Amino acid sequence: MENPRTQHFPQMQHVNVKLLVRNPEEVDLEPLIPVFHGWIQDQVGEGLLLDIADYRHVDAGPGVVLIGHEGNYSVDNTDNRLGVRYNRKAALDGSNQDRLKQAARAALIACQRLEADPRLAGRLRFNGQEIEIFVNDRLLAPNCDATREAFNSDFQMFFQNLFRGSEYSMSYGSDPRQLFTVSVKAAQPFRLADLLEKLG
Amino acid sequence: MKVSNSLWAEKLSGKLPEHLAREIDIFETEATLRKQGKLDERLFAETRLRRGIYGQRYDNGQRHDGRKVQEIAYPSGDLTKGPHTMWDAPGMQRIKIPGGGLNAKQLETLAELAEEYSDGIAHVTTRQDFQLHYIHIDDTPSLMRRLAAAGITTREACGNSVRNVTACPYAGVCPDEVFDVTPYSQALSKFLLGHPDCQNFGRKFKPSFSGCSQHACGLASMHDMGMIAVTRIENGKEKRGFETYVGGGLGAVPYQAKLFDTFVPPEELLPLAQAIARVFAARGEKKNRSRARIKFLIQDLGIEKFKELVLEERKNLPPDPRWSAYVKDAEQFHEAPLRPGGKTPLLGSESFQRWVKSNTRQQKQEGYVVVTIALPLGDITANQLRALADIARRFTKETIRSTVEQNIVLRWVSQSDLSDLHKALEAAGLGAPGAGTIVDVAACPGTDTCKLGISSSRGLAAVLRNRLAEKSFQLDESVQNLHIKISGCFNSCGQHHVADLGFYGVSRKMSGYAVPHFQVVLGGEWDHNGSSYGLPVIAIPSKNIPEVVTRLTDLYAANRKSGEIFKDFIKRTGKVELKKILEDLARPPADPSDRSFFSDWGDPREYSLSDMGIGECAGEVVSAVEFDLAAAERELFEAQVKWESGQVEEAGATAYKSMLRAAKALVKVETQNVTDDPGQIVREFRARYYDTQKFFDPFAGGKFANYLFAAHEKSNEPYTFDSTRYLIDEAQLFIDAAHSCYNRVGTPASA
Repeated sequence: MENPRTQHFPQMQHVNVKLLVRNPEEVDLEPLIPVFHGWIQDQVGEGLLLDIADYRHVDAGPGVVLIGHEGNYSVDNTDNRLGVRYNRKAALDGSNQDRLKQAARAALIACQRLEADPRLAGRLRFNGQEIEIFVNDRLLAPNCDATREAFNSDFQMFFQNLFRGSEYSMSYGSDPRQLFTVSVKAAQPFRLADLLEKLG
Repeated sequence: MKVSNSLWAEKLSGKLPEHLAREIDIFETEATLRKQGKLDERLFAETRLRRGIYGQRYDNGQRHDGRKVQEIAYPSGDLTKGPHTMWDAPGMQRIKIPGGGLNAKQLETLAELAEEYSDGIAHVTTRQDFQLHYIHIDDTPSLMRRLAAAGITTREACGNSVRNVTACPYAGVCPDEVFDVTPYSQALSKFLLGHPDCQNFGRKFKPSFSGCSQHACGLASMHDMGMIAVTRIENGKEKRGFETYVGGGLGAVPYQAKLFDTFVPPEELLPLAQAIARVFAARGEKKNRSRARIKFLIQDLGIEKFKELVLEERKNLPPDPRWSAYVKDAEQFHEAPLRPGGKTPLLGSESFQRWVKSNTRQQKQEGYVVVTIALPLGDITANQLRALADIARRFTKETIRSTVEQNIVLRWVSQSDLSDLHKALEAAGLGAPGAGTIVDVAACPGTDTCKLGISSSRGLAAVLRNRLAEKSFQLDESVQNLHIKISGCFNSCGQHHVADLGFYGVSRKMSGYAVPHFQVVLGGEWDHNGSSYGLPVIAIPSKNIPEVVTRLTDLYAANRKSGEIFKDFIKRTGKVELKKILEDLARPPADPSDRSFFSDWGDPREYSLSDMGIGECAGEVVSAVEFDLAAAERELFEAQVKWESGQVEEAGATAYKSMLRAAKALVKVETQNVTDDPGQIVREFRARYYDTQKFFDPFAGGKFANYLFAAHEKSNEPYTFDSTRYLIDEAQLFIDAAHSCYNRVGTPASA
């Protein structure tokens, strides 16, 4: 890992990707708990999977979290926007595109697994269009204009590729206290498999 | 883990108090030395504990995944941060909040840390602390620096030290208080933090302040040192002071604090605490952790002898200007409102009216109320913390405190702002009613994250909360005001002893499988500073506990006499009757294919103790042992009933006999050649289970076996009211441990 002191700011590490789900009111989070326990048993997914934290009792909270060493997976209801989220905790080498791709791939594969799991009865499905990205480190990436300017071309490049063939809109979060956030919506829905293919 | 870890020291340089910056630098160096193998793991463990960094469940590198014990291959390999504690394993960071006092900036800092280092949740504890879970040790220096920059330290949040000094969250605004204890609690907290006389304890030391004797808020009776505000007239002037108690504590065997002095003036408060600390450090037990709290020292010495030693020590203390320097400022201390006082709107939605009823409390200052934000299971999200910071700035001068009921209060809210405030809280998902009612269930982390957890206290709390919330406003008013508190094990972090309905986690075997249970603890009292402790009545499978709550609350609502509190109702009904009402719930499910009993609330894995695997045998010998252990429990129950009816001597003898019966049951697993002779039972038990450490609890070691040995040694001495009460608790723990031991040992060795 390159020494952060010698790198330019802002830096894009600890990327979170959240895929918003269709009909969130139909999704019951309870069956996720055995599903995630199964993932730990089989150690599926990227990185070492450790434990489960259940926050269903909290309003607009992190939902059910599968705690991993390198990254967490969750079905997260922050801001009352339910989605499948991957939170990269360990540092990653490579370019910003590499880091975005890693987190997006982890989230997409997790979502694919959840969609296919019979215990969730097909109720949890990506809406095909909306993705949120957070950079979970306020020192490396404060939520301000300078970070937006620095990261904008990376996000454009990433989403032009991911939503190839479709228009999309992109908006940045404005509260400086919040994590650096970008919300993206494609004009048309995409299938998870297609998005994964585009990630390469 | 965080890439930015190497940058925070520079970023915050000059922005945190120098002594805290230095301490954190030292800790970071110690962590580096540990990683290089240059610092012993035990030493590093105590170092991190004294900075609030705890281990968490599965940090020994093993986890039962529901099918088998899974070895966790952490990237740092065998590197440890303490004995059997892997470096990379997620841990818990406890954050001390003296008296629960917080400002908006601190809430925002906690939000940032919860998001960046934890899982997005901050947790309020039953001692007004905050906790963050799933923290990597490499992140802790940055986390501590960011806290320090906001005026918060984690120093001595854990370890054998003076823990968070708690105080009534209504201090200064409560109509019933004698005076505002806030500045005195702050002064004591500051004085004892890092004090040289507090660095050599055998165990932790917990102080607490209360503004009155009648409410629960300060819980003085269950603290190592509890202060209750009092005044007296001296030379025609009112003088402040503290009725001071020592040697209280919950833990496995709860002790009521003993009165040390009816009036300690403020200028004597700090030196008295210092003298107590010196006596505790010098005379307290160091080797046997289970006897190392100050309550045992006071029990052994007697309160009069203890007092004599403390007062002698007090005379010899070198004078310290800090003892009295704070007193004038303390007398002048006051908080101010942001907005003029007003009147509560008479109109409003039904949900608003319900919320006003349960979540607001009149201040002694006219026109103002304290608003309680009820946090489910003590949890709050990062976004909610920020929203609350905004709300605190908008409606108050950031007069925020956490509470021992795992909630947060806003003080100095103008009554005319209540409607707008409620709307703002609802928008943040914080406007739920039910604070301080039966819905507001308190629970320790239990098996979710605690290494000592036996049953899922949070899982049960969530279920009870949901079920009770659905019907809370149809419940009888007397039932609405009950308190439910749940601990995941006997250690009482959920404060189950002082609840109306208390539960603590135990395990039992059913049909050859370990099954999560809770002991039902009844007869405790929350009011009067937690003045009365409940006793276990019966162990019930976790999945049947909601039905226990339903039966007991229905019974209370139907049969209580006018004005009768739950504790008195329990006493009047009697344990025998109560046990009859509940005992069918203790039986295995009628349908043998029903596997739901063999997993815990919120955790579908087949239940397993300590993730060390379980024996799954069944057979004649198994049945015999289970039968004997059940008989021991019945005998102990009889002891309780006798004790409550005043037959102290018989109660003590029966409790002792119940321990012998449980010990004999285990001895019989290995040999049938055992008689009823107590000496032989104890000798055989010692040789077969203590010396071999088979009986040892993974965390408490031989603690519970020592209860038997002590009871045997003292069996010829007369039993007193207090000693019998302790013996009954110890016998229960011994029998619980016998069950656990039997679960662990599983298949018996050949006779």
